[in-house]
Amino acid sequence: MQFKTSKLFLFLFVFVAPFFASAQHDADTAHAEAEPSIKEKIKKDIEHHLQDSHDFHLFTDNATGTHYGFPLPVILWDDGLHVFMSSKFHHGEDVVESKGNYYKVYHSKVYKTDESGVLTFDEHHHPTNAMPLDFSITKNVFSIMAIMLIIILIFSRTAKSYKTSLVPSGMAKFVEPIIVFVRDEIAIPNIGEKDYKRFMSFLLTIFFFIWIVNLFGLTPLGINVTNSISVTFALALITFLITQFTARKDYWKHIFWMPGVPVFMKIVLAPIELLGVFIKPFALLIRLYANITAGHVVLMSIIGMMFVFKSWIGSPLSFGLAFGLSLLELLVAALQAYIFTMLSALYFGSAVAEHHDEH
Amino acid sequence: MEKLIYDFSFGLFFWQLLLFVALVFLLKKFAWKPILNAVDERESSIKESLKAAERARKELKELQSDNQKILNEARAERERIVKEANDMKNKIVGDANEAAKAESAKHIENARLQIESEKQNAIAQIKTQVAELSVEIAEKLLRKELESQNKQQELIDDLLKEAKL
Repeated sequence: MQFKTSKLFLFLFVFVAPFFASAQHDADTAHAEAEPSIKEKIKKDIEHHLQDSHDFHLFTDNATGTHYGFPLPVILWDDGLHVFMSSKFHHGEDVVESKGNYYKVYHSKVYKTDESGVLTFDEHHHPTNAMPLDFSITKNVFSIMAIMLIIILIFSRTAKSYKTSLVPSGMAKFVEPIIVFVRDEIAIPNIGEKDYKRFMSFLLTIFFFIWIVNLFGLTPLGINVTNSISVTFALALITFLITQFTARKDYWKHIFWMPGVPVFMKIVLAPIELLGVFIKPFALLIRLYANITAGHVVLMSIIGMMFVFKSWIGSPLSFGLAFGLSLLELLVAALQAYIFTMLSALYFGSAVAEHHDEH
Repeated sequence: MEKLIYDFSFGLFFWQLLLFVALVFLLKKFAWKPILNAVDERESSIKESLKAAERARKELKELQSDNQKILNEARAERERIVKEANDMKNKIVGDANEAAKAESAKHIENARLQIESEKQNAIAQIKTQVAELSVEIAEKLLRKELESQNKQQELIDDLLKEAKL
């Protein structure tokens, strides 16, 4: 019975919420003629979509100016813990007082201000006000938590199905081939039969996490976890740390004292190789971030075209393109997960490799 | 790059790091370990079964070749026995034929000898009878001849003539 309720919640979450979210576009159309620069508005919407926010915003009714969504807790560390709900900000309009400090949200970032909420800007239009350490459960953090919960639900159920019989049933039928794929096509060829087992938990988790998060990014919920640099940075950092801490002697030897080349070359190669150690995970985080961000920007721009070309040809064209691109993005969602996992495995492989031949 | 640094949110990074590490350990305990163990176990059991099947097939093949060998031996044995029996039959028949031939030859010889002796007997009997008959005839002739006196005289004369000593 308890499971049934969670299933119902999932159903509501996945299938019903998009209809609320899609109402956003209707609101835009209604106001298309009233707003003088629709392009500016679309640009702002896209920018807003790419940013994190302190409340879970689904759509806004422009006619009445009401925002639909739900507030999330704001947690700040500024000489003491400040906790309040994001609804207090009133979507960036209000200054919030907490324990004698005043905070204002600007472009999804919390700044410390005076009582009237004055922000001073530098030449890049970035506020120069002091920023408290922001540990808020933002929209992205909330999405990550929700998606992780779903992932745990899926895979613990899969694991449970093996208790009765070794033959996969139910969810396991779908999930098992992918797990075996990660093991046989990603882990074993890159890391090697001997060492791959140590890395399986991380590789499987990162593969399914990125994939499922990317897929949720394609729903009209407006979730965009993997196109925030902080998330991809965290993931790449874990890969980097695992690589460095599991590395064998040979790995370091190949970086600082490359065997098989003249001494002069050894000295030249060392800094290059050392730089490579950092560039590899950096490329990892930029690749994932850039791919998903680009996908979202292009997809939203194409949908935005519908409101720019207000002719009979615009909407079907925009719809067709958006549909095609969505299919492509489905592929990209899996592909990026695959590439991230694959390259992580490759780095682990190079860290644990034992070179018997000097080259 | 500047935009990337501006976009970077330490809070989100912190949560992502924390939650992800937690996720890895949770999934490791509740999902990956049992799933991978189950998959490994099944794979090894499949491998074992295949090996067992291969072994069984080999054994069967050996058994079949053994059977074939036994069958061949049996066939050769049968042929040998049949041949022996045939030979024996031929020998027995041949022997029997010879014995029969000898027997019949003996019988024929016996019969011939008997016939011969019978013939000799018959001839001897006929001789005796012919002698008796001729004596009787001679008696009857003499009686008739010697009925008269003169004839007796005549005979005596003849006899005397002949006996001119």
